[in-house]
Formats: sequence, structure tokens, C-alpha cells
Amino acid sequence: MIETQGLTRRFGERTAVDDLTFEVKDGEVFGLLGPNGAGKTTTVRMLAGLIRATGGTARVGGFEVGSPEGAQHVREIAGVVPDNVGLYEPLSAYRNLDFFGRLYGCQEPRRGENIRRLLGQLGLWEERDRPVATYSKGMKQKIAIARALVHEPKVLFLDEPTANLDPEASLAVRELLLEVRKEGRTVLLNTHNLDEARRICDRIGILKTRLVALGTPEMLSGTVHGRRTAIRLEAVTPAVLEAVRALAPREVRAEGDRLLLDLADPAAETPGIVAAIARAGGRIREVTEESASLEEVYLKYVREGR
Amino acid sequence: MRLEKVRAIAGKDLAVLRRRPNLLVSLLLFPIVVGIGLPLILDITVSRHHTTFASLLPLTDAFGFFFLILVVVLTTTLAAYAIVGEKVERSLEPLLATPTTDGEILLGKTLGAFLPPLGATYLGLGLFMALVDAFSRASLGYYLYPDATIAVFAGLGAPLAGLFSVEINVIVSSWAADVRSAQQFGSLVILPFIALYVAGEIGLVTLDTNAVLVVAGVLAILDLVLFFVSRGLFRREEILTRWR
Ligand SMILES: Nc1ncnc2c1ncn2[C@@H]1O[C@H](COP(=O)(O)OP(=O)(O)O)[C@@H](O)[C@H]1O
Ligand SMILES: [Mg+2]
Repeated sequence: MIETQGLTRRFGERTAVDDLTFEVKDGEVFGLLGPNGAGKTTTVRMLAGLIRATGGTARVGGFEVGSPEGAQHVREIAGVVPDNVGLYEPLSAYRNLDFFGRLYGCQEPRRGENIRRLLGQLGLWEERDRPVATYSKGMKQKIAIARALVHEPKVLFLDEPTANLDPEASLAVRELLLEVRKEGRTVLLNTHNLDEARRICDRIGILKTRLVALGTPEMLSGTVHGRRTAIRLEAVTPAVLEAVRALAPREVRAEGDRLLLDLADPAAETPGIVAAIARAGGRIREVTEESASLEEVYLKYVREGR
Repeated sequence: MRLEKVRAIAGKDLAVLRRRPNLLVSLLLFPIVVGIGLPLILDITVSRHHTTFASLLPLTDAFGFFFLILVVVLTTTLAAYAIVGEKVERSLEPLLATPTTDGEILLGKTLGAFLPPLGATYLGLGLFMALVDAFSRASLGYYLYPDATIAVFAGLGAPLAGLFSVEINVIVSSWAADVRSAQQFGSLVILPFIALYVAGEIGLVTLDTNAVLVVAGVLAILDLVLFFVSRGLFRREEILTRWR
């Protein structure tokens, strides 16, 4: 659905997005994760046919976004939720959605049906005639998402939809995104929220002007260090530590009553280590395996990508 | 050019205007004041100076021109919002993300900013004609209005001048950074009309029906040219990236 090849955008001297190459498959939810100024907004604007790339190419739904006709077609099949909701505040939610439905060429009765379904899904049908100015931030964000869905787009671009919301409103928006996900639409989600990316996205690209990492949340976690084995003991004694070190795993660290080991092959090595600990008089309470959190992954890449 | 999109944009702008009481009041106030004020001044002049309406008739011709200027003034207020307003409210990006062409957006915006001032001007003009007729009927022995000159002013001059002003303002406002500077630059559009009015008053030109027809012809050509100019100058990308 989305394919980019060396996509680049410069603003004068500054390079906002550099040599971006990735692919988003039909029905996939792809997250672009990155700090402020990483180029997320610029990327979405290029893909949605709002601004031009200064280098490279991108296709969305088979249309070249770099050509004026291609961009026009992309605008037909895409829905965009920009970083600012930009609703017409004096107008009602219904009128806002109806206006955009018209511009997207969605005819009645489908337009009215879609608006009713979307507002119903959001729990805002009863409030449809109130001016948007009277809505809370979270409600406005939901309307902005509905506005991008009113014409049943093939691909949905979301630019940090929960960035300015309180936790409760963020949660509501995330639940809505999970619903959208179920409908099988292709989604590109910009976010700097790790938890959001992990919970909603099939794959994540970490952006820092360049794409510094790409993969499923699990794969990314595996790239920071091998899965880590944690052994909780009654007490970590020097004898236990020595016995484990003798087996020479790559890294051994004691943290309170826990031993943290970085093992190349946990399944093969763990039994030997457990036996060694027992021989050294250590009493094991629990052996667990943990992978790096997405947060560790993110921080590692974002720092390296500087 | 898909007319249903043009209509949707114009209709949306009208709906927003209806919900902005301040803008609505400023749009209506001026024409009503002028529409009532001018006839009152005529009436007071007649009774104070013991002259007759007939002797004031050369003056009333130029009054038609007043309404032409009025529509230009009112239009600048509204047209400045047309594009800068959307930018300030951040609604331009979602609008540009739709498959709507530059021509459709500009024509829709033009109509949305052109129709309300024209309507308000007609309201003022209606009041003006009714009151002048009421005050002058007895002394003139006939109804002064409507006459050919005012019909040409109202039917041709005012819409074409309004359109001219909207287009100038749309061009200015797709380049200006905020509503106020758009209004300030855009309001310069009034100068040629004032110049013409002054030229008429000091006798350089006669602002009779023929003169208005010539002005209307020139405006019609300019309106058409300006529409294509505004479309050529409309740079969606710059509108999004230059103002942040
Ligand atoms: N219109 C613009 N003009 C100049 N520089 C810009 C413009 N838009 C973005 N940039 C720069 O490009 C970089 C990426 O910005 P952006 O895409 O907004 O990042 P993000 O959305 O990830 O925060 C930033 O350094 C920003 O300052
Ligand atoms: Mg951004």
C-alpha cells in the first residue's frame, strides 16, 4: 500500500527526512516512532500528497505521490489526521463531517450512513448538532479521526493523535484506533509514545531524520541485547556469583536478590547455571527470561542515531 | 471543476459566517447606516437650506457609486478570512488533504466571500432607495428610484466590483501571514474606486450610466484574469510550510 524509496525532504539547508526506504503492506498498521523534530510530520505530509519530496520517490496505493495527478489520486484514497485537529469550531460535528464527506466525493446516502456509524461508534451521535467549539479535546480528536474516515479510505495517516490529550482521552483514542485496525485498513501512525506503538502497531520504524531501525516490536526488542535471564535467589552470595561467572556468560550482574544474565542460548545454558548455583549453596526462587523493553530499544537507537 | 465541491466550500463558509455574530454585525451595520444616513442627509439638506430635491439630483447619481465602494469595503473584511482564517484555525491542512483542486477551492472561497457583502449592500441600497423615494415623492411628483443608473450600479457594477475585491483579497490572503495584514494590504483595493469617485465629484469624469458600463466592462475582464492569476499564485505547499 505504501512504498518509499530514498524519500528525502530538505527545507533549505536543513534535512527533515533523509533517505527513507520502507514498505507498508495492505492492512498493516505501521508506526513511525521518533522524538520531536524527527521528521514524522514531514513524512506523512509527503505521503499524503500535501508537500513534495526533494528526493526519492513514494507510492501510495500504487500512485506516485510526486506527480500532481498521482498526489490527487492519493488524496482520494487516503484519510489524514494532521497534528492539529483543525475542525471548524463554530460548526457542529455533523456539519464538519458532512463537509469533508462532500469534498471526498462521498455521495448520499452513503455519506449520511457513514457519519451516523462513525459518530455512533465514537459515542457522539447524541452530541452531533453541538458546535465543535463546545467539545473537549478528546472529543475533537475523535471527530478529526472520523473526518479522515468518512469516505472509507484505503489508507489512514495519523500524526500523533494522542500527543495533546490527557491519559483518559488518549486511552479512548487508542481504543478507537484498535477498532480501525480491526477493519483492516492500512494505517500509518506517527507517535512518540512507545506504549501506543507497541500496542497498536504490527511493525515500527524508528525515525531520527533517517530510519534507524525497523521491525516488529518483538524483533526490535531482540536487537538490543539477547533475551535476558533473571534468577531470583534467597540471597546473592559471593560464592554464587563466582560459580556463575566461572561458566562465563557474556554479562553477569547482581541487582538486589536477582542475578541478571545475558545468555547467547538461554535454553541450553540455563540448566547448567542453575545446577552451579545449587552447588554453590544458592537457593533459587524463580528463573525468568525477559526481553528488552521497547523503551530501551528506542533510547538506544535514538541516541545512536544522533 | 466540480461544481458540487465549489458549492460545498462556499456553503461551509456561509455557515461559519452565520455563526460569527461579530462579523455578521460588522457586515450589516455599515450598509444599514449608509442606507438610512444618506437619505436623511438629503432630507435635512432640503429642509435646512430651503432647496428642492430636484436641485440635488446631480448629487444622487454619485450616490450609486457609494454602494459600489461599500461592497468593496465589506468584501475586504470577509475575504481576508477566507484563506488566512483557515490557516490560523489550522483547518487548511485537512482541507488541502482532500482531493479538491486549487480552482475549486478558490472559486468556492471567492463565492463564499462575495455573496454576503453583496447581499448586505443590496439591503443598504434597498433602504436608501425606499427612503429617498419616501422623502422626495411629494416634491418631485414621481419616484426617483429605481432608475437606469442605479440599476446598472446594482446589477453590474456592484457584483463585478465585489468580485474584483474578493479576488485581490484572496490573492493577498494566500500570501499574507495573518488576518490583520491581509486586511490591511487587501483594503488597498479600494483606492482605484475612491479615485474614480473623487474624479467624478470634481468633474474629471462623469459617472453616468455609460461611465458605469465602461467600468463594469473593465472589471469583468479583470475579474476573469484575476481568477486565473490567483489560481496560478496559489501554492498549497508554501501555504502549509511557510506559516508554522
Ligand atoms: N516548513 C518547514 N520549514 C522549515 N523547517 C521545517 C519545516 N517543517 C519541518 N521542518 C524541520 O524539519 C524537521 C522535522 O520536522 P517534523 O517533520 O515536524 O518532525 P516531527 O513531526 O517528527 O516532530 C525539524 O527539524 C523541523 O524544524
Ligand atoms: Mg510532528
